[in-house]
Formats: sequence, structure tokens, C-alpha cells
Amino acid sequence: MSANEKQPLLVIEDLWVQVEDKTILKGIDLTVNYGEVHAIMGPNGSGKSTLANVLAGREGYEVTRGKVTYKGRDLLAMPPEERAREGIFLAFQYPVEIPGVNNIYFLKAAVNAVRKHRGLPELDAMDFLELVKEKMAQMKVREEMLYRAVNEGFSGGEKKRNEILQMALLEPTLAILDEIDSGLDIDALRDVADGVNALRGPDRSFIMVTHYQRLLHYIEPDHIHVLAYGEVIRSGDRTLAHELEERGYGWLLEEAGMDAQGAGAP
Amino acid sequence: MSSAEDPLDRLVKSEYKAGFVTDIEEESLPPGLDEDVIRFISAKKGEPDWLLEWRLAAFREWQKMTEPHWAHVHYPPIDYQAISYWAAPKRPEDRPQSLDEVDPELLETFEKLGIPLHERAALAGVAVDAVFDSVSVATTFKEKLAEHGIIFCPLSEAVREHPELVRKYLGKVVPPTDNFFAALNSAVFSEGSFVYIPKGVRCPMELSTYFRINAASTGQFERTLIIADEDSYVSYLEGCTAPMRDENQLHAAVVELIAERGAHIKYSTVQNWYPGDAEGRGGIYNFVTKRGLCQGEHSKISWTQVETGSVITWKYPSCILRGDHSVGEFYSVAISNLRQQADTGTKMIHIGKHTSSTIISKGISAGHGSNAYRGLVKVMDGAEGARNFTQCDSLLMGDTCSAHTFPYIEVRNPSAQVEHEATTSKISEDQLFYCRTRGLDPEEAVSLIVNGFCKEVINELPMEFAVEAQKLLGVSLEGAVG
Repeated sequence: MSANEKQPLLVIEDLWVQVEDKTILKGIDLTVNYGEVHAIMGPNGSGKSTLANVLAGREGYEVTRGKVTYKGRDLLAMPPEERAREGIFLAFQYPVEIPGVNNIYFLKAAVNAVRKHRGLPELDAMDFLELVKEKMAQMKVREEMLYRAVNEGFSGGEKKRNEILQMALLEPTLAILDEIDSGLDIDALRDVADGVNALRGPDRSFIMVTHYQRLLHYIEPDHIHVLAYGEVIRSGDRTLAHELEERGYGWLLEEAGMDAQGAGAP
Repeated sequence: MSSAEDPLDRLVKSEYKAGFVTDIEEESLPPGLDEDVIRFISAKKGEPDWLLEWRLAAFREWQKMTEPHWAHVHYPPIDYQAISYWAAPKRPEDRPQSLDEVDPELLETFEKLGIPLHERAALAGVAVDAVFDSVSVATTFKEKLAEHGIIFCPLSEAVREHPELVRKYLGKVVPPTDNFFAALNSAVFSEGSFVYIPKGVRCPMELSTYFRINAASTGQFERTLIIADEDSYVSYLEGCTAPMRDENQLHAAVVELIAERGAHIKYSTVQNWYPGDAEGRGGIYNFVTKRGLCQGEHSKISWTQVETGSVITWKYPSCILRGDHSVGEFYSVAISNLRQQADTGTKMIHIGKHTSSTIISKGISAGHGSNAYRGLVKVMDGAEGARNFTQCDSLLMGDTCSAHTFPYIEVRNPSAQVEHEATTSKISEDQLFYCRTRGLDPEEAVSLIVNGFCKEVINELPMEFAVEAQKLLGVSLEGAVG
């Protein structure tokens, strides 16, 4: 048992976020303890990806109210690279291509940036190669992907595997997976899920953002939150997933007094 | 987000790392240019009469010429009478016989610049000629090279020791009256390097020259001549730096390359002259004529340049492909940050049959920089089966900079194949954010993305210098995050 168990890692309190004058998140409250896996679900346009991006520090999102505490610190005051070095990892829904930059070079730069911050010696090329090969075998990533440009010409599945490989290398404390299941066939989904499950542990937490509950068959969450029109309209344990599978989102929207356009939203 | 910072603010903070001044006793001429100045320079160098006459003829032609203004650059008029055409560290009349006799302050300067003149040179396997203002201060490895019959020395020494070679080739590729700046250089050139590789010899080490402008109000007018005899090979690198000064300084160099049958010359430049400050004060005017002649069949000349410095760059390293099956290559990275303006590119003149050329140009604009690619591909009547491939990519950072492309294609032989590709892109917010979420700070992220963009060119540099160039790219763009 970890000393961290049941200690809060991330606390979101009354978070309001605006993008170009449009309010996207309207008073989110969420606490993620060490070792927990939370799924954020909800229909398109509910603000799921906005939440993931705000937590990772993307520019262009204005926090108008509320606060986010990570490891007891004000997360919103930290630039994205500091959040990464402090253990926040965002797996992108659409991983970005960087032409001309070898994937292995990029991975090594990232690992060493994080190691340096954590007071660990930087890895040289040989040590890094050993480490990355070990992780690739675990994550079922083909070695030739190391020597191609970052995400350039990768298939959808390869891009997602590369994200999971990065996560395995960076050993985050809080991993945020933004639609990690989108665009994956069933085999790739299983491999990606196996990769995530292998990384679960008492000192690491996950926030999975997904539209489909299919992913939850492969990565079982401890908590599920349904987001609609910028609000958490329902939270529950994994049994909520089954209810959603049978009934969809409509009944929850109705109970929350929202119609399909969110007209009833405050 | 609270982490948002004004990228332009940080841009201003980027710092020129070679900007120190060496406090050394220098002898220099007062500003001004007339025939007496040319006679003085020639006498200082102990030159034969033919060379003095050659200089004077160039000077008389230069007086009739006007400064070219077709390039996409803007600067106030240059007062050629306000420039000093000679500056040299004071020291005994005789050249130092070994490095031990070189002024320690000078050695320290080159150490600061990371240029290995001593044992480190041996480790790096690089022979170095170091030019400080108007004179060469040290050439390393001469004896070892001489064993192979290779001549590598200051041009002024070559004039004394190998007059027949110098006389045969000087001005043959870039005639004294080729253009305004070449004529000025021909009149007042003070130093430079001379290289001769004999038949069938593969030069066993990289040859390199480092140019340093130190004195105030001086121009630098070096002249380099490289001759690769039949079936020989040489890789040559030049590096350039200058102190930070508020006034502009003129650098008008000429480089001539001659590749005989089957010879290959690889010429690499890492140019880091002082770029001026964020308001455009100071900086070097880099007006340079570089041209190579592929004289013989199957000869090859490759130009690789990484241009990060100078406030204005006007430079078109070119190849005249006279020999059948000869090959010309031009790989270029040019950065315009701050108020820098670059108008650079190449000319590939196809004369021989089955000649081929490749042009890869990567222009990066940031801050208030302006970057223009200007290139000419000319295929003459007799150039049966000539081929060219040109790729011009521009990368923009921020929205106060600009990129321009001026390709000229003249084809007079119907069998020629000429291809031109051009792209313009911006470093995207997405790329930056992606790198930052992996723990890289914005500077590291930009450096990584830019190095990826320039990779095809950096790969052409000799290994030791590729690392240096990569660092330089990062430093030149420090803070230029858009």
C-alpha cells in the first residue's frame, strides 16, 4: 500500500473557462486522489477536451474563476513545461507532427528535460536506447518508429501508440488521456489499453477523456463523470458506465433540465 | 493563460555571444580609399608589381561602377571614404614562426570563440587558418599537409611562395570587375586563405579558416582561392564573428573555387557576424561574391552555408558547370531575426552536357527579419540533358517578419529537366505546445523544430561543425517564440 493512498493529487474547484468570450466550462469540481482512474465522458462539445487542455496548460483558454491545485501547488500558475516536469502528461487526441525531427531524438530530449528537473542524471544515447527499447517491447511499439520524424506519416494507431510510449518513458504522476481510443481498431485499442493498464499503480493517477464507453471495457475506471455543456451532471462509480451503455446520455440531460441544445443550462 | 509572455519582449533579450572586443594593440590606416591606400596595402604585403597593377586596375574600374540595389534589402548609403581599409595587430615585422610566438591575447580570443588553434586542433583533426582583421595570425598543420603536397596558407604567403599558381587562377572565376563589391575587394583585399590540392590527393583533414573583425570602423575584405586538381577532394569550412558595435561594418569577400576533372570541393560556411541589435543598430554588411568553376568532367562543387549573423546579407554562392557530367550543389540555411535582412541564394549555370545541380534553401524569418531566396538556374544551348532540382522552404515565426522567393529559370536546351518546389510554413502553436507538454521549454522547442526544418542542410555539414551549427541556430532564435 502506498503512503499516498487516498491523498488528493489534483483538486479542481469551481473552474470556469472561457475561449474567445465563449464560456466552455461552468464551475467544474473534481478531486483525483493518488492511484485513481477517472473517466470524463459526455457528448460532443461538452468541454471534455477543454478540461484536458486547461490542465496541461494550453494557451488561449482563459480561466475566469476557480482554482486547480496539483500536489498542493497552484497548477494554473505553472507553464506547460513545468507541469510536464512535475508529472502531468497529456496524451493528445491528435498528436502533432514535427517534420525532420527524429522520434528517438525527441523522446530523449523530453526524458532528459524531465530527469533534469527531478535531479536525475541525463541519459546518454546508449542508456536511452536501452531504456526506450525496453519500453517499446512493453508497449508493443515497432522499433522503426524511433527513426522516423515525430508522428510524421504515422497511422492513427501508430500515433496513439507513440503517445503511450512517451507516457511510459516520462513516468507521469497524472496522465490525461484525451480520446486515446479515437481512430483505433480493436487490436490497437487493446494494445493501447494494455499499455495504460501496465502503468497503473498506487502513485499514478489517470484522467481519461472519452466519448465512447467502449474504452471502459479495457481500462476500468474507479470514477466516472458525465460532462454536458460545461458542467458535471453526474458522477458515479464504474456501474454508471453500464447505465450509459444501455441508455445513452439523453436521460441524464433531461434530469439535469437540459435539452439537446443545452438551453436549460444556467 | 497566466504563462503567456510577450514573445517579442523575449526576442529582444537574445544575445550575441561573440560580441566582445579584444583589447590588443592594432595598427590601422585612417579611413579613406585612394590609390595610395592600395599601394600601402600592397607594400605591406610585399607584393610583386603585377599584383599591385591588378589591384589598381580593379580600383579604377570600381570607381566607374555603382553599388547594386536590386536586392530585397534596405540600408542607408555606405560612405566608402569613412572606412579604414587596413587594420592589423601590431607585432614584429616577421610572421610568428610557431603558435608560441602568437600574442597570447589573440590566442585567447580564438579560444573564447571555441576555435582550436592548439592541441585541440589535433584532436579535432582540423587544420585552421585564423584571420584577425586584415592579417592571418596562425595556420596550423602546414607541415603535415605539405607531406601530401597540399598547400594551405594565407593568400599573401601564396603570392610570395607560389606566384605561378596564384597568377594563373586569381580572378579567373570572379573577374575583378564582376560586380561592384568584387571590384572593391580586388582593389583592397587584405588577407584570405589559399588552398591547392594536387592531382589524386584526398585531403586528409578538414581545412578551415576563421575570420574575425575586431577593430572599429574597419572593413574586412578577404579573398579565398581554392584549387582542386584532377581527382582530388577537399572539405573546407569558414567561420566568421565580430564584436558588437553601434556602427555598421562592411565585409566584402570574394571566394573562388576551381575543380578540375573528377575533383570535388565541399565548401561550408558558418556565418555568425554580429547581426546588430533589436532596433537595427550596428551589425555587419555581408556583401560577398562566391563562385565555383567545375572546370573538368565529373567535377563537383558543393556549397553549404548556415547564415545566422550579419544585419544585411547579399550572397549567392554559385557554380559554373562547364565540365560534362559536373555537379553543383547548394545547401543553405539563412536566419533573419531582429532587424536582419537576407537576400541570398545561388546561381547554377549549366554549360556542359549532363550537368546536374541541386538547390536546397531553408529560410527562417523571425522578429522583424526579412528573408529572400534569389536563385538562377540557367541552362545553356549545349547543356544536353542538364538537370536541376530546387527546393525552397520558408519558415515564419511571429507576424512581423517576412519571406520572399525570387526564382529565375532560363532554359535554352529542350532536353533539360528543371524542377522547383517551394513551401512557406509557420511554427505552429500546436507544435510548440506539444513539445512543452513533454517538458521542453519554449526555446528548446523552437530549436528542435527549427533544426528539424533545416535537417537536410545541417546533414551536409562536416560532423564537428554540424553540432556547432545546431547550437547556433538555437542561440540565434533565442526568445523568438511566436
